[in-house]
Amino acid sequence: MSNLLLNTIPRRNQYLISILLILLLSISCYFLTDIIGYKVVAFLLLVTLSLLALFFDILPILISAVLSALIWNFFFIPPKFTFHVHTGEDFFLFIMYFIIAMVHAVLTFKIRQVQKEARKKIEKANTLKLYNTLLNSLSHELRTPIATIIGASDNLIMNAGKLTDENKSNLLSEISLAALRLNQQVENLLNMSRLESGFIQPKKDWCDVNELIYASIKNIEDHPDDHIIDVQVKDNLPLVKLDIGLMEQVLYNLINNAVIYTPAKSVIIVAADCADGNCTIVVEDNGKGFPPEERENVFEKFYRLKYSKTGGTGLGLSIAKGFVEAHNGTINVESGSSGGAKFIIKIPTETSYLNHLKNE
Amino acid sequence: MNSSQILIIDDEAQIRKLLQITLQSNDYQVVEAATAKEGMIAAANHPPDLILLDLGLPDEDGHSVLKQLRQWYSKPIIIISVQNNEEDIVKALDNAANDYLVKPFRTGELLARIRSALRGGTTDDTSPVLDYNGLLIDLTTRTVKKNEEVVKLTVTEYNLLTLFVKNEGKVLTHHFLLYNVWGPDFIDQSQYLRVYIAQLRKKIEDDPNRPNYIITETGVGYRFVAKAFIV
Repeated sequence: MSNLLLNTIPRRNQYLISILLILLLSISCYFLTDIIGYKVVAFLLLVTLSLLALFFDILPILISAVLSALIWNFFFIPPKFTFHVHTGEDFFLFIMYFIIAMVHAVLTFKIRQVQKEARKKIEKANTLKLYNTLLNSLSHELRTPIATIIGASDNLIMNAGKLTDENKSNLLSEISLAALRLNQQVENLLNMSRLESGFIQPKKDWCDVNELIYASIKNIEDHPDDHIIDVQVKDNLPLVKLDIGLMEQVLYNLINNAVIYTPAKSVIIVAADCADGNCTIVVEDNGKGFPPEERENVFEKFYRLKYSKTGGTGLGLSIAKGFVEAHNGTINVESGSSGGAKFIIKIPTETSYLNHLKNE
Repeated sequence: MNSSQILIIDDEAQIRKLLQITLQSNDYQVVEAATAKEGMIAAANHPPDLILLDLGLPDEDGHSVLKQLRQWYSKPIIIISVQNNEEDIVKALDNAANDYLVKPFRTGELLARIRSALRGGTTDDTSPVLDYNGLLIDLTTRTVKKNEEVVKLTVTEYNLLTLFVKNEGKVLTHHFLLYNVWGPDFIDQSQYLRVYIAQLRKKIEDDPNRPNYIITETGVGYRFVAKAFIV
């Protein structure tokens, strides 16, 4: 808890607060010395210091310690208004006061350090965990197709005479498929590193949303897979200004995800609506959807749903999110009308109703 | 019979090997060069019918090789590159490359692009009526028919279509299309292009959303292909 406070109070205010507190307390005590005696004042000051030490950094505490020791000596220990100390007892008290105050400051410092190290350790563990997840998912996603390519081509080279034509052609298709899969993964990694480098500058150009959607499903339709893609785009939508390349990738990732993670014959609806200054694109499937507690995590890098089938690096959705955010837009997932996953992209954009004008 | 000669300029031995086998088994003659220098000497000594040029050469930037070749070489040059960013593609096309293929590419795609580039410009004056699988374009009467029915095109739509047809198989960049159809003041007015492409597709495509003739090259431009050549 002290950490929270420490983080919220800037250093400069820490100095100010601790010095003011010491001064205020000293002034109030000054009028009470006759009743409580100057020794109690020392304890009051020490208690204040201890409280400050709970929340503040070492330097403000050190300064308050020195300041309070001097004040106590000057204003409270008789004779007042001098730094002289007459009795051995007072001298002893003053030295002890000083030592206790210093010990407070040093202890605070040490506790802070231990906290910092603990935090670092946790961060390191998290990074390591992320790194391991990355390595696991990468080594699986890259090695599987590589293993296929090496195995199949070895087979073709060594057993050329023994293989039937049918098996040869099967092996060749496997090589081709594996290479395409490998290429897709490399594409994902390159996109991710583009995002990580922070150099994504959308190159916006006028875009026909209808054309954008059909361009992004073209690659998927070229390899039909028993999924039904239902595009619901109204005629006469205005043109919008977007980075078409990035948005095509976003839609491809969302739709391809739906294709991979829903059973055959599932329906994937892609809908769009654009009006003044805003464009909304929805990709909805009628599969199982995401459990509510996992929804906020699905856009995280390398995040994979529990018990989800293998395949995919866990990068597709975080790339989609990154590209949408590069447009200052938002992407969310909720449960669709049929219980499937429903991704909603909202992007602020210029619109042009040029297509409503009668041409020529 | 195919005996067109193709020069491959690529520093990767594996890619050259692959291309050599692919092309030779499709009856092309192949000449290989591993550097820009070798490539330009080879091209000058025996001008090939087509050049496949890699942009990432060890001794010189591919874009500058392209420019130098274009000073005297007018036959097709197809770029093959691992660079898939739109600027590189547009730059190469603006420097008069005929086409641009991103590695890795599919063999069928490569062969189709080569055939189309070699055929390029044969939509010539011998016949004023062009037939693209049911899409008839009569250049003398300026009429267009789709499945025997006359398609009414506006002047701009017709100009756009004929520009595509004259460059069949070739990627035409947004700037090129805007410049040649609307004029130099319009090269940044891509909204015109979007609207007219959509209108033209509605009139000539069977399914405007899954076009067979006017293909979108995302972020770069459009390409007119005749159905028969889609592999």
